[in-house]
Order: sequence, then structure tokens, then C-alpha cells
Amino acid sequence: MKSRFFPLLVTFLVFSAIYAYCYYHFSSFGSMRVVCNLLRDNAHLGIAAIGMTFVIISGGIDLSVGSVIAFTGVFCALMITREGMDPYLVFAIVLGMGTIFGAVMGVFIYYFKIPAFIVTLSGMFLARGMAYVLTTESIRITHPLYIRVSKLVYIFPDKGRFTFAAGAFLAVLVIGIYLAHFTRFGRNVYAIGGNDTAALMMGVPVGRTTIMVYTLSSFLATFAGIVLSLSKRSGDSTITVGAEMDIIAAVVIGGTLLTGGVGYVIGTFIGVLLPGVIRTYLTLEGSLSPWWIKIVVGGLLFGFIAMQKLLSTRPKLFSFRRQVRPTTVSTA
Amino acid sequence: MSTNEQPALLEVRGLTKTFTATPALSEVDFTLYPGEVHAVLGENGAGKSTLIKVITGVYKRDAGTIHLNGKLIEPRSPGHAQELGISAVYQEINLIPTLSVAENLYVGRQPRFLGMVSMQLMNKKARKLLKTFNIDIDVTRDLSSYSIAIQQIVAIVRGVDLSAKILILDEPTSSLDRHEVETLFSVIRSLKEHGIGILLITHFLDQVYEISDRITVLRNGRKVGEHLTKELPRAKLISEMLGREFTETLGKRSNQITNSDSKHDTFLDIKGFAKRGMIEPFDLEIKKGEIVGLAGLLGSGRTEMGHLVFGINRSEKGEAYVESKKVKISSPRKAIRYGFGLCPEDRKVEGLIADLTIRENIILALQAKLGWYRHIPYKRQEQYADEMIEALHIVTTDAEKPVRELSGGNQQKVILARWLVSNPELLILDEPTRGIDIGAHAEIINIIKRLAKEGKALMVISSELAEVVDYSDRVVVLRDRKKLTELTGDEISEDAIMQAIAEK
Repeated sequence: MKSRFFPLLVTFLVFSAIYAYCYYHFSSFGSMRVVCNLLRDNAHLGIAAIGMTFVIISGGIDLSVGSVIAFTGVFCALMITREGMDPYLVFAIVLGMGTIFGAVMGVFIYYFKIPAFIVTLSGMFLARGMAYVLTTESIRITHPLYIRVSKLVYIFPDKGRFTFAAGAFLAVLVIGIYLAHFTRFGRNVYAIGGNDTAALMMGVPVGRTTIMVYTLSSFLATFAGIVLSLSKRSGDSTITVGAEMDIIAAVVIGGTLLTGGVGYVIGTFIGVLLPGVIRTYLTLEGSLSPWWIKIVVGGLLFGFIAMQKLLSTRPKLFSFRRQVRPTTVSTA
Repeated sequence: MSTNEQPALLEVRGLTKTFTATPALSEVDFTLYPGEVHAVLGENGAGKSTLIKVITGVYKRDAGTIHLNGKLIEPRSPGHAQELGISAVYQEINLIPTLSVAENLYVGRQPRFLGMVSMQLMNKKARKLLKTFNIDIDVTRDLSSYSIAIQQIVAIVRGVDLSAKILILDEPTSSLDRHEVETLFSVIRSLKEHGIGILLITHFLDQVYEISDRITVLRNGRKVGEHLTKELPRAKLISEMLGREFTETLGKRSNQITNSDSKHDTFLDIKGFAKRGMIEPFDLEIKKGEIVGLAGLLGSGRTEMGHLVFGINRSEKGEAYVESKKVKISSPRKAIRYGFGLCPEDRKVEGLIADLTIRENIILALQAKLGWYRHIPYKRQEQYADEMIEALHIVTTDAEKPVRELSGGNQQKVILARWLVSNPELLILDEPTRGIDIGAHAEIINIIKRLAKEGKALMVISSELAEVVDYSDRVVVLRDRKKLTELTGDEISEDAIMQAIAEK
């Protein structure tokens, strides 16, 4: 077995076990209703988490995503409801802003060699501050487009509602997998995370790739903000506080190594859904405090980090070294 | 095999490179023919790495020419040199451990199918590429799951595949075991058949004689000689590297009082210490009042032996006895508790804290020995520092000067002072006279002799044969990470040491 796949395999097994346990207790876990709700409720986290996966694989971190999501929602609400602007134009503007925001953070991280932790921490305060300055109230959005989007639903026979948000999440997931595994950009992200000096010496455009990674993360966080605004039909500067932590946790539980170089977008998808599954279970169960979810996620994180440590210090535990046999046939 | 009638692949003429007034290379010539392995040998500071850095464009040369296939070239960077056809593979492998072998071969130039990176295509190409070097491995596995040798070979194959004509190998075998070296050499031989010129830097003489066709010896930035390997006897090679003639009678032994007689007690007795990849099993006995010199070429395992004795690296087997009591030297802390001290080779990196004062640096080891909660009173600290400044003739205005402002020789004395105040029984000195001026040199040697007279056991690692011969009661000779022999008393001479190193 390839040691790269090991964390992903563990993620998959843990998810399957938990889901099976839930299904055993509540048969509704087998319905499309639960599945669709899981996708809908976690869409914004999931979209941002896919961007975060690239950041963490590259060996970095992005703490600004939660604030960027909130800012996007507030900006959309303000521009559409108060200023009466066309929603499509507002989306274009806010996506442009998010893109530039990420690119600037990337430039600081790469060219000024400032740790990503510090740069994106500043970004987090900045975006949150801007959201509060715009407004501290919650603003409803009643634009016809929002109503239309909310009616864009595929309904399964068992009343499972596959919403726009769920669709957007899956679409971003597919694009993320494509980017990670089938483009040179994606492969370069892995290379940088594995060893950035070696990558540089091997001709990987490290600077460009680093900046693109943070740009992608902020772009997807902004997109996540739009998706959330469309499903909540409102903008509120107090939402998604600390969401970056949930997102980072999801990425790590999804089998991405915090040290960089190893990770899978599909793992992040599972990592995002895992707390959702537990939340659904707690809701159905009814008697347990919903805060148990934090405890479970915390425990899982500990487990995964301990496993990563084992994996990086004792790789031989998980991979089977094969003897090399130099053949004696001489070359022409 | 190469012959001189063939046109040269790489011709370096009159290469000169100077760093802040000291020439690292002066007027060095170097010629590499296609299909040959040309070893560049020399001790520390000979200019080997400067030579390859100039050829690969890391440094800009001050004077001289480099011709590749008869065309004058100006490599600007390692990337540019690679485009020109010169690839270098270093000891620390510059690959990505978390990617597969195939991906490492094609990072930055992944094969694409319909605009998408195609892993299947990449794996197929990688397998085919490795096949041409007789390497049959699973290319989809992580690079890190393979041995260093295979990683090295992957790096070489990548370098060669980037249309390399010249391959520079810098210490490629230093972390490989015998079997792995064989694998690597089979790849090198197949590269030779492909007409690639290989510049090899290594300190393993056996391997030089096994794989190389030609040898260039550098010393102090100058070319000392160029020979066909088969025409160069080992003894001559070693004397060229060390810059000493065999016939000369150098280094009169002044330390005629041989301390190694039975009336002195054994302080440290080591039996069968060893660590894989560092040093093969060795026995070592040091008596009180005895100076044991460790001699050998660069990379022969001298420093490693010191590190094992001091517990910087843990020995994998063997036993140690301090004054006939069995001990476990598992860390430098333990070693210090048994009364050991070690002055490392690179005083800037490993030894001194440049921004602290002389007093603070001197007190460091003693304070560590006492434990941090037993603070040494300031008055006492000053007293120690002043005593040492006087005893070792440290040239300074006062004890409160930052160590950074002292000369190399005086810095070395501060390190010595640090260990002396903690009053060790055994002092290990690694290259105590490297890079210091002649006056300080003599003083350090006098201090070494004086310490032995005071009954301390000393273990001195040095590249200066004359120096080793001068003060040692016993000389341990090492080669290729192995203790070869010990010379005692009247057996000790530069000739004898060189002979011991050269012997097969």
C-alpha cells in the first residue's frame, strides 16, 4: 500500500463506521433527505474547505476564510437590498475583491517571507472588520433572483431536496479534484508542500503557485459566502466566526497532512460531512447536548494528528519497502 | 574508456574565484571527456565545492574560461547550467519525498494528454526511463519509501533526462551502504556507456579507485595534479592531498615523555562502539594524562568517533567504562556528568554563542553541569572568567566583551576555557587549531600539552599531521569510517600515518 493513501483510508473507514452506527440507530440516514440536508448545510464550509485543502497541501494555512465568507454575505446584502444593484454585478465585484485579497496575502507570504499564519491572521481581522464597518445589522435579501434560486431544487422521491447550494458544493468538489490531480498547478502545489527548496531547484514556479493557492482559497471563500447568502437570503457580519477552525479541522480529518505535501480533495469532502453526520445524529437523538459535536471533532482531530506524527516519523510502519534488483542486462 | 585524442566535453582553464581577498580557486584547469568519471579530490578548503559551484553557475567566476563542447559558456544559475547540459546531484537529495518516483522524475514537465496531466502516461514514461538504467522499481510509490540510494538514482536519472551531458555528483555515496553503492555504481557505469561525462566528488578513496578513470587533486584552491587513476599509486595520491612528501622527515616529536605506560590509570575504555552509516565498530582506550590523536582524511570518521564518545550520537552497540565502571553514554548531558567535554569543529555553529560575552560563554557548561537552579554568583563567574583569560592568554580588554568581536584563535580559547572551568577528566577537541593564526596555534598546542601533564585525558582530532605527530602519545588512524590501526610512541610519524591510510 502507498503510505500517501493511508490517512485517506483511515478517514474513509472512520466515516463509514460512524455513518453505519447512525444508520443502525436511525434508518433515515439511508434516505436522500438526510444526504441532501448534509450537503446543503455544509455547502459553504465545504467550498471554502476545498480551497483550504490546497493551502494546507502547499504547506500553508489560511485563517481568513471565515471572515471572508461573512464579509461577502454582508457586502451582497448591502449592495443588493440597500443600493439596489444587480445581483450578478455584485457577485462579479465581490469575487474580484476576494481574488485580489487572496493574491495580496499570497504576495506577502511569498515575497516578504512572512509566515502565512500571521498574514492570514491579519486578513481575518481585516475582512471581519470591514464586514462590521459596512453594517452590524442583519440585512434580508428579497431580490427576485434569490427567490428564483431558492426554487431551483431537485426533489427526490423520498422528499430529499437537492438544492442549489448542494449542487454548487459538488461542482466545486469536482473542479477541486480536477485541479489537484490533473493540472500542473495542482501537482506543483503538492511538490511545494513536499519540499519547497527542492521544488524550486526542479523548476517549479514556486512564487506563482504560492500566490495562486491563496488566491484560490480566498476566491472559493468568497464563492462560499455567495452560496451562503443565497441559501440564507440575508447578510450578517456576525456569522461564520471561527469557521476557519472548523474548516481546517475538516481538512485535517480528511487526511491532509498539516506538514504539507500529502492530501486529497475527496478526503476534505468526507472531513466536512463528518461533523454534519454527528450533528444530524444528535438532533435525531434529541436528549444529548449538541455541544458533543465539538468533543467528537476534537477527539478525532487529536487522533488524526497523532496518526500524522506517527506517519511522518516512522513511515516504515505503513509502507513496505521493496528490495531493488538491479538487473544485469547491459544497455545497448 | 577515454583517451586524450577525443575532443573534451568540458574544458575549464585558469578558473579563479576569490571571496573577500582569500582565493578559493586560483587558476584551476579541469578537463572532462565524454564517457569518463573524473574524480576531484582534496581536503577541506581545497576548493572542490567552489569549483562545482562555479561550473553550475551558483558563483560567478572572477577569471578563466569554461568551454562546453568547444563553445564558451557563462552559466548564470543552476537552472541555466541545466539547460546547457550540466546537472548536479548533491548529497542532500533535492527531490520531493511525498511525491511518487514518477512524479519526481517529471515535476515541472508532467506529460499531458488532452490538456490534463496524465498519471498513466507519466508512470509509463518513468518506468521506461528507469529501465534504460537497469532499475526496475514501482514508480507509483512515494519516493520516501525507497532507500537513499534509490532516491539518489532517481535524482541522477532526472538530471540526465533533462538532456544532461555532464553530471556532477557531490558525495553521492556518503550515506549509502556497500550494497547500495554497488547499485549506484552500476548506474554510473551505464551513464558512461551513454557518453555522459561525470565529475565525481567523494572522500572514499576505495571508491575513487573502483569507479574513476581520472583524478584531479586540489589543495588550497590550486590544482596539484591530474592523473589517470590506474597510474596513480595511493600513497602518492594521499601525499598530494595532504601536501606532504613521504621522504621528508617532518614533525619532530617533542612530546617524548610517553605517558602511556602502565602506572597511569585508564580513564575511558570503549569496546565495540558503532553506528550504521557513521562509523564501524571500534575499541578505544584513553588513559589519564594521555593525548590520543585521531588522524585520517576528511570524512574518515574522526569527528563521528568523537560524537559517539560524547553521546551526541548514540552508539548502537558496544560498551563504555569510565574508570572501570560501566556507563551508558546516551546523551551529551550524561557524558558531561561522567566528566567529558567536547570542543566542536565548527566553533561558530556548534560551540560559541556569538552575542554573549566571554564570561557568559565560559560559564555556560559549568552552569549546565550544576543545573539551572543552582546559580553561580556573579562574583564567582567574574573570577572564573578572569582566571581563564589569564591562563589561556585570551586577548581582550575585559571579560564582558561579546565573543563575536574576538579573533578566531581567541574564540577557540574561550571554548577551551568553557570546558576547563567545569574541570573535565576527558576533553575531546575537534580541529582545535583550524582557521587560527600561527601564534595562537602554538599556544593552543601548548595548552593541550599542559592539560595532559595535569593528568587530563585528551582526544584530539586534527587534519594537521605534523601537529598530531607532535603532541600525541598515541595516534588512532581512520579511513572510510573505520579504525585502521593505532600507533604508539616511537611508531608515530607522518610517514607511518600516511602509510597506514594508504594501505589496502
